[in-house]
Parts: sequence; C-alpha cells; structure tokens
Amino acid sequence: MVQFTLPKNSRITAGKTWPKPDGATNIRKFQIYRWNPDNGETPRVDTYFLDMDKCGPMVLDALIKIKNEIDPTLTFRRSCREGICGSCAMNIDGINTLACIYGLDEVKGDVKIYPLPHMPVVKDLIPDLTHFYAQHASIMPWLETKTNKPAKEWRQSIEDRKKLDGLYECVMCASCSTSCPSYWWNGDRYLGPAALLHAYRWIIDSRDEATGERLDELEDPFKLYRCHTIMNCAKTCPKGLNPAKAIAHIKQMMVERTV
Amino acid sequence: MSYLTDRKRAVGNGAGSEGTHHHWKMMVSSICLVVLVPFFVFTFGAGLGGTYEDVQAYFSSPFVALVMALGLIVGLRHFKMEIDEAVEDYVHGLAQKLTLIAVNAATYVLMAVGLFALLKLAL
Repeated sequence: MVQFTLPKNSRITAGKTWPKPDGATNIRKFQIYRWNPDNGETPRVDTYFLDMDKCGPMVLDALIKIKNEIDPTLTFRRSCREGICGSCAMNIDGINTLACIYGLDEVKGDVKIYPLPHMPVVKDLIPDLTHFYAQHASIMPWLETKTNKPAKEWRQSIEDRKKLDGLYECVMCASCSTSCPSYWWNGDRYLGPAALLHAYRWIIDSRDEATGERLDELEDPFKLYRCHTIMNCAKTCPKGLNPAKAIAHIKQMMVERTV
Repeated sequence: MSYLTDRKRAVGNGAGSEGTHHHWKMMVSSICLVVLVPFFVFTFGAGLGGTYEDVQAYFSSPFVALVMALGLIVGLRHFKMEIDEAVEDYVHGLAQKLTLIAVNAATYVLMAVGLFALLKLAL
C-alpha cells in the first residue's frame, strides 16, 4: 500500500531562525528544508532573511547568497545558472522548477524551498537521482542503427528534424517525474515522464532503426501505461516542454501497430 | 538487501508485453459510454415513478431493455478496468492481487444481478 504520511524519521520539525541583516529595509524571508544524514536528526526548516537590495533576481542567487554570507553548510546542486544543466531543480513555492531561471518576483510572500518531492534525499536540497538516471539509460538514449554506417553521415530531412523540437531540449532535471503522482507511487516500475519523453525522442528520430524494439520495451502496464495524463509534468516543466504529449504519441504508435 | 546494479533495478523483469490492448479497450468503451450514458440516464429516468405494471410494461420495450442491458454491461466493464488501474496504482503486493480478484468478482456479480432483474422485468 502506498504511504500517505511521512515515516517518523522524515517528519519535518521547526529549525533555526537566522538573524535579519542589519540596516536592511527590503527584507525577504526564506524557509529552506535542511537534512543532514550525519547528525541523526529529523529534517527541519531553517529560516533566513535576505536584504533584497543586495541580492540577485533569481532563487539561485538567493541560495548562493545564503551559502556565501549566512550559512555555508546549506547544500544544493548548481552549475550553469542558465537553465541548461538541470542541476538546480528543486521545489520552490510548491512548484518543481530550476532555481536558476525562477525569479524571486514570481514567488508571492515567503520563499519556501524544498528538495524535489518523493525522492530519497542525499542532503538538504539534493535528491538522489540514481534510479531516475538508470531509467533514462534503460530506454537506450542513443541512435540505434543496423544499416552499414554511411560514408559521410546519417541524413535527415528538415521536416524530420523538426519532429525532434520540443523533445531534445529536455535537460533531465527530474522536475516532471518528481511532480507525477504515478511516479511517486510506482516509480520503481513506471519510467516517468522524463524517460518517456526521451524514449519518444529516439522512437520518432527518422535515422533510428530500432523503433520496433523500443516500442517492445515500453509495451508494459507499468513502464508506459501508468501515465494517466495527469499533466503535472507539462505544467511544471521549467523548459516549457510537454512530456504528456510525447507519452500520448507513444501510446498512439502502440495502438497503430496493434489494432 | 541485495547488491543489484542501478540498471538492473531500473529494468526489473523487463517489459510485460501487454498494456496496449487494455488501453484500446478503455478508449473504445469510453467512446461507447459517451453515447450510452445519456441514453441510459434519460431512458431509466423516464421509467421511474409509475406503478409496478407501468414499469414492467416500460422495461419490456425492446429499445429500453437493450439500452439498460448495454449500459449495465459496457458501464460495469469500464468501471472494472478503471478500478483495476486504481488498485494497481495504490495497492501493492499480495493485497493488490486479492483486491483485484475482489473487484472482478464484485463487478460480475453486479452485472449478473442487474441483468437478471432486467430480464425479470422485460420478459
């Protein structure tokens, strides 16, 4: 049976409240999930205050400012700071998104930051994405061909290349999969929207010659058909992609080859 | 605990080679119900409120009896498939198997009782 309540060791307690910056007039409150696997304590929510006149416009700017100037123990992933690497995915104001491209002006009231939901936490805002990446690897995210390699290149028409738009842009941040209730309850078997979007990206690639095998691998009540078109994935995707549509196309292809 | 690689955990026992048939049946029965449900509701509603003889006479009309029978069969089969999905979503392990059996049994008992009642009225 699925768990509707958190286990005892995951229940969140009130954390430390850090002092407000001296002399600041434009102050904003940040409530951030903290958990350290080494101290044996349950998770807590720490409260920080930032002078917004001295802070960048994005949520990631605020996190970096907190880490640099207030609490160096705050732990989170970040790299490109422009929505390309997908490292800084987290739950901000109830929405899974990338901290680097989510503006502080988009958040009403206090800024509440948690790790991506329903994933094991490594520390603070860092989720364990091992299984998520393994699922992505399982859909063979590369070009599979059987024809002898051409002398120059695998050719593709402009029209066929256009079919990959809206798919290749995925940065594997896991915002979509971790917003999906089906993935929460059955993430061990259901591939989730991100892996399925990538699967469709290779199924629809005109140069790929493993379409049948790829569809065979997805023909499963859990791997593919746990998607109930809830659409949280499309709503939350920080890149504006629509994994639910890609999944619908896969189902359509399945029906076309069966019925 | 066993020392499985991440890839082995992700792949599990592989694809079950089914799912599309169930998906297609759901689509077909959904479309059928879009047509059937209004017929069922209005036909059933029109038969309410009369005496026993009136109701018996009403349900012995071939059109009414067929709409009722189709509504019962298609509606309950669709209901069973939807509940199966919900059970597979939220209940796991042995409890899942037992619940699926119970849902199957309950659906077909309901269908049999409904059809028997309809036959008694119609014939």
